[in-house]
This record gives sequence, C-alpha cells and structure tokens, in this order.
Amino acid sequence: MNGILVVLKKEVRENLRDRKAVFNSLLLAPILFPVLLIGMTWLGTSAQTERAERVLEIPVVGAEQAPNLIRYLEQHGVVIKPAPDDPESLVRSQKEPVIIRIPEIFGEQWQAGRPAEIEVIIDPSRPESDIPISRVKGLLRGFGSEIGLLRLQMRGVSPIVMSPLLIRDVDLSTPQSRGMIFMLFLPYILMITAFMGGMHLAIDTTAGEKERHSLEPLLINPVPRWQIMMGKLLATAIFGMASLVLTLIAFRITLPYLPLAALGVDLGLGAVAMVSILLVVAPIALMAAALLTVLATYAKSFREAQSYMGLVILIPMVPTLMFMSNPVKPEASMMPIPLFSQNLLISELVRGEAVPVQWLLYSAAGTLIFAFALMAFAATLFNRPRVMFSDS
Amino acid sequence: MIEVRNLHKSFGKVKAVSDMTFEARDGEITGLLGPNGAGKTTTLRMLYSLLPPDEGDIRIDGLDPTRDAMAIKTTLGVVPDSRGLYTRLTARENIRYFGELHNLPKQTIEERIESLAATLDMGEFIDRRTEGFSQGQRVKVAIARAMVHQPQTVLMDEPTNGLDVMSTRALREYIRSLKDSGQSVVLSTHIMQEVAALCDRIVIIAKGKVAATGTVDELISRSGRDTIEDAFVQLIGSEEGLMA
Repeated sequence: MNGILVVLKKEVRENLRDRKAVFNSLLLAPILFPVLLIGMTWLGTSAQTERAERVLEIPVVGAEQAPNLIRYLEQHGVVIKPAPDDPESLVRSQKEPVIIRIPEIFGEQWQAGRPAEIEVIIDPSRPESDIPISRVKGLLRGFGSEIGLLRLQMRGVSPIVMSPLLIRDVDLSTPQSRGMIFMLFLPYILMITAFMGGMHLAIDTTAGEKERHSLEPLLINPVPRWQIMMGKLLATAIFGMASLVLTLIAFRITLPYLPLAALGVDLGLGAVAMVSILLVVAPIALMAAALLTVLATYAKSFREAQSYMGLVILIPMVPTLMFMSNPVKPEASMMPIPLFSQNLLISELVRGEAVPVQWLLYSAAGTLIFAFALMAFAATLFNRPRVMFSDS
Repeated sequence: MIEVRNLHKSFGKVKAVSDMTFEARDGEITGLLGPNGAGKTTTLRMLYSLLPPDEGDIRIDGLDPTRDAMAIKTTLGVVPDSRGLYTRLTARENIRYFGELHNLPKQTIEERIESLAATLDMGEFIDRRTEGFSQGQRVKVAIARAMVHQPQTVLMDEPTNGLDVMSTRALREYIRSLKDSGQSVVLSTHIMQEVAALCDRIVIIAKGKVAATGTVDELISRSGRDTIEDAFVQLIGSEEGLMA
C-alpha cells in the first residue's frame, strides 16, 4: 500500500508545479462557469425586461378603417406608424416584428355588429418577436372584450354571462424553483468540472509518462503495478474533487451577483446544500478519474489522449440534454444510474427540496460500483505489453 | 550472480531471443555485445522481469524473475534503455521518488543521495529541475536513482550512449568501482571499445543467439584475429549493425 501513497504524492506535487496543469485542472472551471452563467442569466433577464417595457411601434395598414381601435391603442402607449407598402416582406425580413392590417371590409362588419376581421402579420418562429406579438394580441383582445361588454350592457345583459369560468393560478413553485437556467446547468457544470479537473493528470500520469520514457524505469521498482496505477488514478480523482470544491465556492461567492431578483427568484446555496452537493458528486469524480485514466493509458501520446478526452467531455452532457427535452420526475429506481441520478439530485438540492437519504445512498452506491469496476480494470492495464511498449 | 539457461522470447512471428545461455558472476563486469536489434534489450527486460520469457530459466542470486518479481526487483539496479526523468522534479526528487518506491527509510534515502551525488559528481545540479539537463546529467540521475537501494546486481542498457568523452570516462570508473565492491554488473553495448576497456567477460549476441563467450583475449585467440573488432566480425559472421 505504501506504493499507492508514494505515487499519489509524487503525481500531485509534480502537477502542482505545472502552471498549465494547475490552470486547466483547478482554476479554469471555477472562473469560467460562474462568469458564463452570470452572463447568460444577465443577458436573458435584461433582454426580457427591455422587450417588455419598450414602447411598441406598430405599423398599421388601413388605420382609417378603425379610428376607435387606433385611439385605444394610442391610449395604451402604442405609437402607430404609417402603413408600409409591403407589410409581409417587412416582417419576413425582420424589420418589423408585428404589423396590423385592417381590411376594407372591417368598417362594414363592425357597423353590422358582426365579428370584424383584423390581421396580425407575424413570424412566430422568431423568438425575439414573442413579446411584441403577445403585447399586440393582448391589446387587441382587450379592445375586443371592452367593446363586447359595452354591447351586452346596451342590450341590458349582465357582462357576467361572458365569464362562465374564473381561472386562478395557484403557483406552487418556490422562489428557488424559478431559477430555471441555473438549475438546468448547474448539475451539468459540476459534472463537467469533475471530469475536467482530472483530465490533465489522467493524461500526464499515463500517456505522458510513456511519452517521457519514464514508465519503464518506474515499473522496475518493487511495487506491484496495480498500486502504481491506483496512485495515479487517485491523484487524478483528487484534482477532480479539488476543482469541484473550488467551483462550488466560486458559485457561492458569485451567486449574489446573479440578477435573479429580476426573475423573482431566490436561490440559496447554503453551507448545507454545498456539502450535500459535494457528497453527491464526489463518486462521479472517482468514476471520471477511472474512466479518464483507462482511456489515457491506451493512448500512445499526450496528443492522442487529448483527442479522446474531447469525446469524454460529451458524456456528462447526455443526461442534461435528455432532461432538457424530456423532463422526468425523480424516482428511487433512477438513483443507481451514474450521472443521471446526480443530475436529478443536484436539481432537487438547489431547488431547496428535501431529498430522501435512501436516494443519496442509491446514487452513491450505483456510481461507486461502476467506478470500482473501472478501477479494477485500470489496475490490470500496466500488465499488458501492448500498453507498456506502445512506442517501441 | 545471474544464470540464464535456454531463454526464448518471440514477438508474434519475430524471434527476438532464441536459446540464449550465459552467466554473469559477482565481482565481474559482463558485457552483452551485439549489433543493434540482436536481442540485448529484450534479454535485459526479461532479466528485470518487465517481460516474461516464453521458455527457459533465469536465476538471479537464486531467484526467478517470473515468480519472485518483487524480491528480484529489490536486489536489482537497472538503468534501462529509456532514461525518462520527471522534468518538473529536481534531480534529488527524482532519486528520492525511487528510494521511496523501494520503501527505504527517509534518513537512508537522504544519506544515499548525498553519497551518490558525490560519487557521480552531481553536486552542481542535484537540486535543479531536470528540465533541460544534458545527456550526461540525465544518465547520472538515471544511474543514481537505479542505485539508491544499493543493489547487488546492476543491469545497464547502453550506459554510455550519447555521452561525451569525459562523462564516459567518469562512468566507466564508476562501473569499475561497483565491480570492486563485489557487485555483479551486466551491461549491453554495441561499442567495441567499451567492451575492451571495461568488461571481464563478453557475451557476443547475434540474431537472438549467443555467438561466443569469453574474455577479450580468449575471443581474439579463438577467432585467430588481431583485434577484438575483427574477432567480433569473425564471430558473428557479418558487419551488419556495427556502424554506430
């Protein structure tokens, strides 16, 4: 067992001296991800408030057909722009998000008390026009129902008959659960951090050792090869964990600067939540270290190993993408699945939900079994001549 | 004391070593002399239990590398073909790492490093990171880390490869000092002068086989030539691989 510790200590010390390794493994994720997330949230909220509060300027074709409607719109702050020649092409080319066209038949229908046609020219496939579209439609609907009420009252009918249903939302989302972007990305970011933190070491301690021609002298020492491998693998896991801890701390520091209040969100990353999240992700760091070490051991050179790593980074993305397109309700039966369970559990923890202890245990056990299997496999690798002499 | 009997090793269809038999005694320097690709490195790798032989027996002080790998590794000092050092560690840390892998007490390691640094004249660079070391400096570190546990048997693969004249002289002196203290030294080389200057006993290897063994004088007289170089060409039957 002495061998494991000696190798572990040496790999950690050696890599702490490598500025590139320290930056890539320990500092990149804690700096990059909070900045990225804050930037994304900030952009999202500011764009949303801007669009919701900006003065609507809407071109109207045939404004003279419906002077009352135009007056209503102007009273509600809409600036009516003169009619363009070709409204469709203006919308299509994104010069205008919404154009209202009042057909000539409008006046006739209106006078007759029939539903009067009105066209709203839009392209709903443009997400940035969502807000103007819904504002214009809301105003038109408001005008319509105002007139409808007046007409009923003139005929001596109570306007209540128009409202057979009264729909009231009972909002059960807690303030935390509204931090959508944050919650969707935090599990993914943490999982990627566990992978990224160990990546440089996994390569340096295996493929790098081969490339430097120091593997053969190392294996001549009277230490069982599996112990040498385990020392390397655990050093990788330690870097992954360190990166995780630093990233969580970075989030805790930067969270107050997230403009979440604007979204009506109050996200807490308290000490208890942080420690729980760390415990949930820790087995992933071990599993990632084992997976990365196995792959890097097969590579002949640093460069070849790096190209494998590019693909590995995609693995933690799988559950996030799945949950994005197909949200699932967390259940005990999903907990033994590595990556999936952590993804669900972190979401629950950040949301401030109480998570059954049983789930935490299933998750840790499932991932650790997987990690141990990979470690057992890794332990045999230095016994393979193909792995040892791939350069000669 | 190394005894090798009827050793065989193939890689796929390539027979790297076939039916090799020789011995290396304590207090002697044994040279494995042969052209490049003759099977010297493969033989050494089997001796230090990095490769298992296909057939045949190896005994090092009575121990079998295939069965007593761990025990043999504590008695062997090996300077292998690949001399990779850890460039982000100092020379001292490189040597200390190997001492720790041998599970030596801290105090012992530090004392041995001091004495090796003195013997191998490493004082100037012992506490520098090995990044950018000259070939000679690298070989010295590689030797020091192989000797930190004071092995009884020393195996060196082309030890003077790439060294300048001064470093080569110093290294030969060091190897002689090992012999004088009763250790068994085996070195592989393709350089004739090395053998003539250093070795008590020579094992000439060609195409994975032992072509001849004996002292320098014995080999010269057996071949009927005047120099060890001519004797060597005569004994292996070609000049192939001697240009280096």
